[in-house]
Amino acid sequence: MSAEPGTPNSVVVDRVSKVFNPGTSGEVEALTDIELTVTKGEFVSLIGPSGCGKSTLLRLIGNLIEPTAGTVLVNGKSAAQARLDQEYGMAFQQAGLFEWRTVARNIELPLELKGWDKARRRERAGQMLDLVQLSDFARHMPWQLSGGMQQRVAIARALAADPPLLLMDEPFGALDEMTREHMQAELLRIRSITGTSVVFVTHSIPEAVYLSDRVVVMSPRPGRITDVVDVALGARRSEDTREDATFFAKITEVREALRRVEGHVPVRGGVDDR
Amino acid sequence: MIRRALRRTVLFAIALVLVACVWELWKLIAPAPGALVPRTDDRSMPHVWDIVRRLGDPERRGLDEPIWRTVLGYAWNTGKLALGGFALGGVVGIFLAVVMARWRVAERALLPWVIMSQTVPLIALAPQVISWSGRLSIGGWEWPRWLSVCVLAAFLAFFPIAVGTLRGLKSAPSAALELMDSYAASWWRTLVKLRFPAAVPYMVPAFKLAATLSVVGVIVAEISIGQSNGIGRAVISYLQTGSGDPAKIYAAVFGAALLGMALYGLVVLADTVVTRNRPKEGIT
Repeated sequence: MSAEPGTPNSVVVDRVSKVFNPGTSGEVEALTDIELTVTKGEFVSLIGPSGCGKSTLLRLIGNLIEPTAGTVLVNGKSAAQARLDQEYGMAFQQAGLFEWRTVARNIELPLELKGWDKARRRERAGQMLDLVQLSDFARHMPWQLSGGMQQRVAIARALAADPPLLLMDEPFGALDEMTREHMQAELLRIRSITGTSVVFVTHSIPEAVYLSDRVVVMSPRPGRITDVVDVALGARRSEDTREDATFFAKITEVREALRRVEGHVPVRGGVDDR
Repeated sequence: MIRRALRRTVLFAIALVLVACVWELWKLIAPAPGALVPRTDDRSMPHVWDIVRRLGDPERRGLDEPIWRTVLGYAWNTGKLALGGFALGGVVGIFLAVVMARWRVAERALLPWVIMSQTVPLIALAPQVISWSGRLSIGGWEWPRWLSVCVLAAFLAFFPIAVGTLRGLKSAPSAALELMDSYAASWWRTLVKLRFPAAVPYMVPAFKLAATLSVVGVIVAEISIGQSNGIGRAVISYLQTGSGDPAKIYAAVFGAALLGMALYGLVVLADTVVTRNRPKEGIT
């Protein structure tokens, strides 16, 4: 989990606050005084009840919205610069594939926008399809694929330009339980090849625990970080891990943290209290 | 695909026969003239078979060519202008939609005018626009009369295209827009890669509407300026001889209908090509 010396952290969120519609009757304090560091290659999940600002935090890291106060660094650059340099890939709950493009051309989209030539794009799309094990579907249209397959294509698209960071907003939230567990294993397998850092927003406690190195627990009104649970189930997670005692212990730990949030038991500071 | 086309053709033929049957039935059972319903005597409502037979007779006594071929010639002339108006309306409509989608201020400023434009009757506008020819010359290039007719057709055609395309450009899901944002794609690249493809299902019905409207526009323009070689002229002159030859006007009506269907067919064809890979359900 510790970064090699000299390599910048994947994400540094420094005393960030976000207020929507400031100065109006619709003013919402979405995030307050957020501190979060994601080291290189780390997998961090954000979990919390709705309205806790976890998606907002993800969008701040992606520079899709600007913070009201504080700074966000991605790979040592400002978030804005990191977005311009396509330093991260993004995947949403809806796979969001363009239905007028073939599977391969969907994966090529970020490469097109980067100005890669056709031959190079095609080659990379082929590699990505191998990675997500959908090589036979390059010429299929998205609507011919199942939900899980579409989400795999979306992950391939997010990773096509080989970004060092992956931002995921409940990517498996719309899938059934079986597909979901399969996709989680897939994500871990893919990440073990690419070494990408991941920030992962989810509603599911087992999902967060299974996937993550660290689970960040957030609370609403105003959104802040109340707990950080170190999971570290090890690199060799498998289906057996899901029946492991440590796995359940960690699930309980995260659940307890979330219950403190719901019970409004005051937790000192909005800060990472590891 | 072919089976579907065949089924549609058969259904269309059945519908035609049904219309003919209703026509004849109404003639048979409708109350006597003087009541509140339209008159059904042979002068006002000729028999279907008379209408069909009339298509084979010449336009005037002394001519050889059957009237259906004469009308087809008129339809060709009108069709060229309608196509011009359709294209012009398409360019203007799409341009306006892009401007309105790009700048919110532009939408607020333009949309009321776009809507209001359609409350102006075409006949009121026609003499003005026609008078451009002979008065308007740009760098030695004389504004031709036919272009005025195209402009009048475009005046009707641009409206559904502008409104439909605007709606379509705004239909891109927010997640897709965020995705393009995450790639730091410019607004114009987002327009080309995302907004336009997403707009297609909204643009197709708009273009279908515009295709038929441009035919109507040309015919009305032809009538109001007395253009001599189109369907519009045929409608007027056939109506004038209506008392002695009541079936004749229907030749012009069929010509107009055929033209509308031909332009509509072009849009359907374009739609089939553009959306061949898309999921089959959706707006048709």
